[in-house]
Amino acid sequence: MTEPITLQQDETFVLNVGPQHPATHGVLRVKMTMDGEYIYNAETVLGYIHRMHEKMAENRTYPQYMPNMGRLDYLSAMSFNHGYALVVERACNIEVPERAEYIRVITVELNRIASHLVWLGAYVLDLGGFTPLMYCFDDREQILDLLEAVTGSRLTYCYFRFGGLYNDIDDDFITGTRAFITHFRKELKMYAKLVTGNVILMKRLKGHGPVDQNMCQRYGATGPVARGSGINYDVRRNEPYSVYPDFDFEVPVFTEGDSYARYLVRMEEMEQSLRIIEQALDKLPDGPINPKKKPKLIKPPPGDYFAAVETARGNFGIRMVSDGGKNAYRMKLRSPTYSNMHLFDEACRGMLIADALAFMGSLDLVIPEMDR
Amino acid sequence: MSLTLFNVVLAVIIAISFVGLNAAYLVWCERKGAGLFQRRPGPMENGPWGLLQPPVDGVKLMTKQLLIPGGVDKAIFMVAPVLAMFPALISFVTIPFSENIVAHPIDVGVLMIFAFAALGGMSLLVAGWGSRNKYSMISSVRAVSQTVAYEIPLMITTITVVMISGSLNLGDIVQTQLGGFWHWNIWPLQKQVGFNLLMPFSFLILFVCSVAETNRAPFDLGEAESELVAGFHTEYSSMGFGLFFMGEYANIVIGACLTVILFLGGWACPVGDLGFFPFTHHVGWFLLKIYLIIFVFIWIRWTFPRTTIYGLLNLSWKYLIPISLFNLLLTAGLLKVF
Amino acid sequence: MNIQDKTREALSTLFADMPSPEPETDDGEEGEEKPEIRGNGILEQDYHAKGFHLDVQLEPNQLIEAVRIIYDLGYYLESITGVDWIKEEQLEVVYDFSRYDFDLCRTVVRTRIPRTEPHLPTITPIYTGASWHERETHDFFGIVFDGHPHLVPLLLPEDADFHPLLKDFKA
Repeated sequence: MTEPITLQQDETFVLNVGPQHPATHGVLRVKMTMDGEYIYNAETVLGYIHRMHEKMAENRTYPQYMPNMGRLDYLSAMSFNHGYALVVERACNIEVPERAEYIRVITVELNRIASHLVWLGAYVLDLGGFTPLMYCFDDREQILDLLEAVTGSRLTYCYFRFGGLYNDIDDDFITGTRAFITHFRKELKMYAKLVTGNVILMKRLKGHGPVDQNMCQRYGATGPVARGSGINYDVRRNEPYSVYPDFDFEVPVFTEGDSYARYLVRMEEMEQSLRIIEQALDKLPDGPINPKKKPKLIKPPPGDYFAAVETARGNFGIRMVSDGGKNAYRMKLRSPTYSNMHLFDEACRGMLIADALAFMGSLDLVIPEMDR
Repeated sequence: MSLTLFNVVLAVIIAISFVGLNAAYLVWCERKGAGLFQRRPGPMENGPWGLLQPPVDGVKLMTKQLLIPGGVDKAIFMVAPVLAMFPALISFVTIPFSENIVAHPIDVGVLMIFAFAALGGMSLLVAGWGSRNKYSMISSVRAVSQTVAYEIPLMITTITVVMISGSLNLGDIVQTQLGGFWHWNIWPLQKQVGFNLLMPFSFLILFVCSVAETNRAPFDLGEAESELVAGFHTEYSSMGFGLFFMGEYANIVIGACLTVILFLGGWACPVGDLGFFPFTHHVGWFLLKIYLIIFVFIWIRWTFPRTTIYGLLNLSWKYLIPISLFNLLLTAGLLKVF
Repeated sequence: MNIQDKTREALSTLFADMPSPEPETDDGEEGEEKPEIRGNGILEQDYHAKGFHLDVQLEPNQLIEAVRIIYDLGYYLESITGVDWIKEEQLEVVYDFSRYDFDLCRTVVRTRIPRTEPHLPTITPIYTGASWHERETHDFFGIVFDGHPHLVPLLLPEDADFHPLLKDFKA
């Protein structure tokens, strides 16, 4: 529909999208050189909420650093908890009890659904449809209530402990989660009718924002962005951690590589997360949630360690260099949207601003996680 | 009706208060409607069911500072909001609410409404141009191309109706549709043209065009808040913004009035003329119809995502204009035959 | 041949003609080896203990070649980061690569440069996405990536002249 016109550089102007702009959902700035409504060039400017979490890791003991994980990606904080717990457990060789692993999976998947719900609402809002946002937040609220009862916080979770969890789940949580699954299955059907099948939405998303596999490789895009481009890559599957191999779930992959494919991936993922939660609740074993034997003081042996998890936005990798002390010598947080957003600069060239912002929304940005 | 000074003043006062009240309470309706579609109550705090919300909003808007950003073209910047509100006000003068209630019937009423509607598009251009803001500028350029694209099918469709009625006077157009809902112009079967299958489509075209003309979602590309922040009124605060806002709602009422008059029989009762209370009876039907149309406006806004500017222009130039042109020719031919 | 062997073989050509202290491609030591005394070469690590499979240390001038090999094998770039080994007066730059397919093989490429003159060639011509990672590493460690098209602060303020992740950084 929109063939990029030949752009004439001498007739351009610079449009600052952000740091305060309704479409960036946070303090992200994209300096767009425009030719009329066509984007000639875009340069993303980051760092408006950079907090230097990596330096904080060098000043805190390992358990003290756990709360920082909730502050990176405020929408899927649970996955970040998981990633950090994994790397320290790997370094210190801590065994995690079976029950704790299952509860971890349940909470992470619930959090993933909550994250995708916020994305869905905000994305349709970007496209000018306000109502789905309210429905999404309504459903998300139920997840937050469930998680709040168990973890004590609504958004910035610090629920995981090395080798286990802070708190065991109770029967209320289990019945509540089961009720939510039944309720949310119906809601997903409603979203499919209200949003997915909408003609205007399809026209705006199909064929726009192309990301091909080579681009994914060059930029290191992961998560729904890669899966929307036909790359069957999900850390839960490709590099199984925790008890994910126990569950039967599908990794949705769409080959179109456009905004609509990424949209469908996330919609499908919510469904799959429901399946995982259901199976985990069925199989949930009894037992302790914290290991019997656990070092009093977390002091990983010298060396470097790596762990990766699949967050709602893609591959979150955490590289920890230890010198054997109480604090990490170096902690590198590899956040998924950092790489996913990077390809925006290249991909949006020649797009109309409306399509480019629809594309940006389909990358599902969470700015604190990019800026760290 | 004699044209005395008193009559004119009275008419203008009534028109202004009708528009003002409508604009204020349509905001309330909009928010309540949004609440209805979004599983929430909407405004509830001020007065019963939040009914005092509009006056409170008005007070807030009026007491805020009217900020004029540095570097704007002051004259143009100040004139634009007035320009947005004024045509909507004037247009009400010629809208017949019933057989007798019309501020000033003009024989070329349709023409007058279009003339002033075009002025409304002008206000967006001027606001965007004067704001010294890139978003506003893009928005005003969009608004102008949108206005041009949608005024054409709107006018062609209106001309079709005018041809059937044989008059540019809105009152006369309603007169030809009296006697039951089957006489309304929306139906294909008309005594003047025999059978014209395209009439319902014409109604749809007119409706879509009036949505686009009033810059309402899903055609609110002028202010597309996720792309252009707030479009042409990004830089406006206080009553400058308030006037744009009220102008939008006044335009919605005008659009709904036009749709009702041209296609839905205006103040005509749907089941013939019942005879009793002709006065309240007729005005009641008219208001009922326009509010139904406005409800559909609100419904659409809170259901659909926004289109893009090229989608919008494509729709107009590739579909609406050819169809409406074809209907014009068809109607002209049928008028000759019957 | 699984991808881990393939990668190791491809990368071992880099170390073929140089008298590196450890051209051994066999599973030499476990992860307990101290990184400080390590020479150039390829190590195979225990995935369950370390989280990655291949650990390659090389000279800065071998970097481009190694990254090219890795790119051709279909790896994607996960991240680039630095570590400040202040005791040895060295900066280590670590490149993490991973794969999209089910042949799991996380590869780490690391190289060391002197702290006083931190210069490395850029890999942006190969991995376009390295641009931000290199800018970030430049922000935090002051490492200059020669040939980088736009080496200005990314996460730090645009006028930042400090490098907070250096161990001798005082706020």
